[in-house]
Amino acid sequence: MSAAIDTHVHDDHEVHHHKETFITKYIFSQDHKMIAKQYLITGVIIMGIIGIFMSLMIRMQIAWPEKSNVIFETFLGKWAPEGVMDADIYLALVTIHGTLMVFFVLTAGLSGTFSNLLIPLQLGARDMASGFLNMISYWLFFISCVVMIASFFVEFGPAAAGWTIYPPLSALPMAQPGSGSGMTLWLVSMAIFIASSLLGSLNYIVTVLNLRTKGMSMTRMPLTIWAFFITAVIGVISFPVLLSAALLLIMDRSFGTSFFLSDIFIQGEVLHYQGGSPVLFEHLFWFLGHPEVYIVLLPALGITSEIIATNSRKPIFGYRAMILSILAIAFLSTIVWGHHMFISGMNPFLGSVFTFTTLLIAIPSAVKAFNYITTLWKGNLQMNPAMLFSIGLVSTFITGGLTGIILGDSALDINVHDTYFVVAHFHLVMGISALYGVFAGIYHWFPKMFGRMMNKNLGYLHFWVTAICAYGVFFPMHFIGMAGLPRRYYTNSNFPLFDDTTNTQVVITMFALVAGAVQLVFLYNFISSIFYGKKAEQNPWRSNTLEWTAPVEHMHGNWPGAIPHVYRWPYDYSKPGHDEDFVPQNVPMKDGEEELHH
Amino acid sequence: MTALLTIIIVLFVAVALWQMVKIFDLAQVGSSNTQIADDKDNKINGYLMIGFLIFIYAITIVSFIYLGDLPLVSNSASEHGPGLDSLMVISMIVIFIVQIVTQFLLHYFAFKYRGEKGKKALFYADNNKLEAIWTGIPVVVLAGLIMYGLFTWNDIMTIDTEDDPLVIELYAQQFNWKARYGGEDNVLGKANVRLIDIDRANILGVAEDDPNAQDDVIVTELHLPKGRPILFKMRSQDVLHSAYMPHFRAQMNCVPGMVTQFSFTPTMTTDEMRQTEEIKEKVQNINKIRAEKSKELAASGEQPLDPYEFDYLLLCNKICGKSHYNMQMKIVVETEEEFNAWMAEQQKFANSLLN
Repeated sequence: MSAAIDTHVHDDHEVHHHKETFITKYIFSQDHKMIAKQYLITGVIIMGIIGIFMSLMIRMQIAWPEKSNVIFETFLGKWAPEGVMDADIYLALVTIHGTLMVFFVLTAGLSGTFSNLLIPLQLGARDMASGFLNMISYWLFFISCVVMIASFFVEFGPAAAGWTIYPPLSALPMAQPGSGSGMTLWLVSMAIFIASSLLGSLNYIVTVLNLRTKGMSMTRMPLTIWAFFITAVIGVISFPVLLSAALLLIMDRSFGTSFFLSDIFIQGEVLHYQGGSPVLFEHLFWFLGHPEVYIVLLPALGITSEIIATNSRKPIFGYRAMILSILAIAFLSTIVWGHHMFISGMNPFLGSVFTFTTLLIAIPSAVKAFNYITTLWKGNLQMNPAMLFSIGLVSTFITGGLTGIILGDSALDINVHDTYFVVAHFHLVMGISALYGVFAGIYHWFPKMFGRMMNKNLGYLHFWVTAICAYGVFFPMHFIGMAGLPRRYYTNSNFPLFDDTTNTQVVITMFALVAGAVQLVFLYNFISSIFYGKKAEQNPWRSNTLEWTAPVEHMHGNWPGAIPHVYRWPYDYSKPGHDEDFVPQNVPMKDGEEELHH
Repeated sequence: MTALLTIIIVLFVAVALWQMVKIFDLAQVGSSNTQIADDKDNKINGYLMIGFLIFIYAITIVSFIYLGDLPLVSNSASEHGPGLDSLMVISMIVIFIVQIVTQFLLHYFAFKYRGEKGKKALFYADNNKLEAIWTGIPVVVLAGLIMYGLFTWNDIMTIDTEDDPLVIELYAQQFNWKARYGGEDNVLGKANVRLIDIDRANILGVAEDDPNAQDDVIVTELHLPKGRPILFKMRSQDVLHSAYMPHFRAQMNCVPGMVTQFSFTPTMTTDEMRQTEEIKEKVQNINKIRAEKSKELAASGEQPLDPYEFDYLLLCNKICGKSHYNMQMKIVVETEEEFNAWMAEQQKFANSLLN
């Protein structure tokens, strides 16, 4: 089969070479490498800037509540009369920040960039199974971004019911202004987003299953591909459920059905809704919502596995255990959603069940963390910026993951549910960790994407300041959460009880502002390196995986000649009996050489 | 106009930053022309890893010193509170041990095995015994925590109606709380939002013809007798709310269309709580902060803040709209006699209706 594809692509290549226009090359491209870059620029860079900027505005409001701020006045316009942020827009910022970061940056941005770039290149495929669907997937994503951002320009502002959009708040325009056309746009945007995500995921799954080069058995795939593959499977299983929840919510909002609503008296009148339950929505939402955490996290862990092994010049420790733990996490992730709902009013017995499954998921997570640490042991660590971010990821993954033991325990959750403790927990374990994964991936595969190197010293500056600020922001936040301070409060000035947390809030905001500023260093490094970076060698990190056997210059079909064949797993680093400390996957076994993983 | 100016200033700052980074960038052209880590980078970053490990420990210690009195892990005001608190403390201890050890290993290895030219890493791909160990240890530890947690959870959530709990309805609406007592018969009258009649001041939708409803008492300040089990029935008329009573370690969502419940027994009156060392210290601390803020306010000609006195609170802890941040109700815990005296003064539902 590969021979057939070879000739096909070659023929195509000759013909297409001269016909390629600006539009087919840069805009409606079907080439996975270009689509990866499109996802990177739209999903990670642009949506990331917007999402992070929103978080800084949120932090400024929390630290200096109800103070006039020229930044609010400039960017929020009529929602910040005389520079004082309005309480409704505060909730809108919280909502859209969450939505952008979770879905647009860390789901579409992360998977879209690296799954698209790496699945064909690391598997030895000419392109994705369907380049056309891939293109559609990106453009649907682009439209959903536009719709989501457009919701800032409707009369009553964007959705403001929290990124979890629990009805009835999200269903009733009279409950808050954001539940009017803002929420409609949110739902439309997410519906398009889910279609995009499903097309992408199906493409990844089919490509991994069908287009592996000769010799690339499933157990010779790099862990990146395993992570992307399982992520896509989780996405295909869980995203349709969110789509159904969104559709039912649209029905309740626009067509008078009562799936999620019942017995409501608001603004002086009784509404007709009867028999629905908001708890049903919570079940549907979190059936996606919890796997979503792993959709965000697994690709970051996959990227980390690859980078830590390469830069430690050592095989990833426990390759099989890593695959098994990815599978275990994927399975368990679909049966733990109820831990978001311990106090939702569902039967307490269900709470017990979900406590049990939730704490189980700590086991494969612990296995992964220990395997990373052991991979470092007796390595020859090359401290490239990508490696620093990977080590940073393991660090925040541990710190954030451990507090999950408290939140996953239904009894303990009673008193910290929906407080800043939760905010600190999930930002560390999935927000910061996954962002570190994105950064690590960008530093590591930048030469592959743009043929140039990023500046390492700026990378070091970026990492160390970010790392310190990440802990500076989220570590103290656990304490104010345990003091009982609820999240999503516009200001705490109505509660003298919490006055002793105000100074800490200011410190946290300072750290956040510094962290935000240092991302500009990254942005400079990223943009200037695209144009002026040092030209990259073909295999700058001396890595084993197949993407580095492809030429630096991008071309249709990835390899100029035949597709490389694979003879070994991707982690033969520092293997005895070889002169170099790496043995690429396409190097045939020597006589009598054993495949050491079994 | 200000908006335009701000945008210009932001642009200038961005350009200035860009130029500064560029200078930083250009300044190192001579020193290294590879963008791949060399021995010097490995060494510097290796040492920074140790520095970072110290930073993590330091921020932990500093947080404990300055914020250590914030967490609600002692001095609870309900019967199930101490059990929950000790589960929290034990879980925290486990977490801190794991955190300190694993962060040490991670950063120490990153320092110890920093790369050097000519060094070769150990080819060590897997070890099933090790995998079994670090699968087994979490299994055992988590099994313990799960069992402990589940017993505590069942304890809290099992509602024993034989203790004759005082039944109180917590009624949530955007953006305030009401409480309804069953009255002398301790039975709440039937209610539904469809029965709300604003003109007759029947704001909770209590069934006017239900005999059990006649002696119900509706209030805006929650009073609880010390030592008697309380059974809360939660109801919401519009959107999701959450009744959060942090000092009692109690929380339950209020869901439109259904009645949820939570039960606890208060063990300390408001006065007793005010006399505890923790609260005295906290109030003193808060008042110091408020006094400072008042000085600033007075300087700018605004009203100074009132001094703070401790009270139990019921807060809304589920995003519910614009004034979510100010949806609260004062809770007063008092002795049985004080409670009965207070109750006797309250108006009964039947008498509260207008014509």
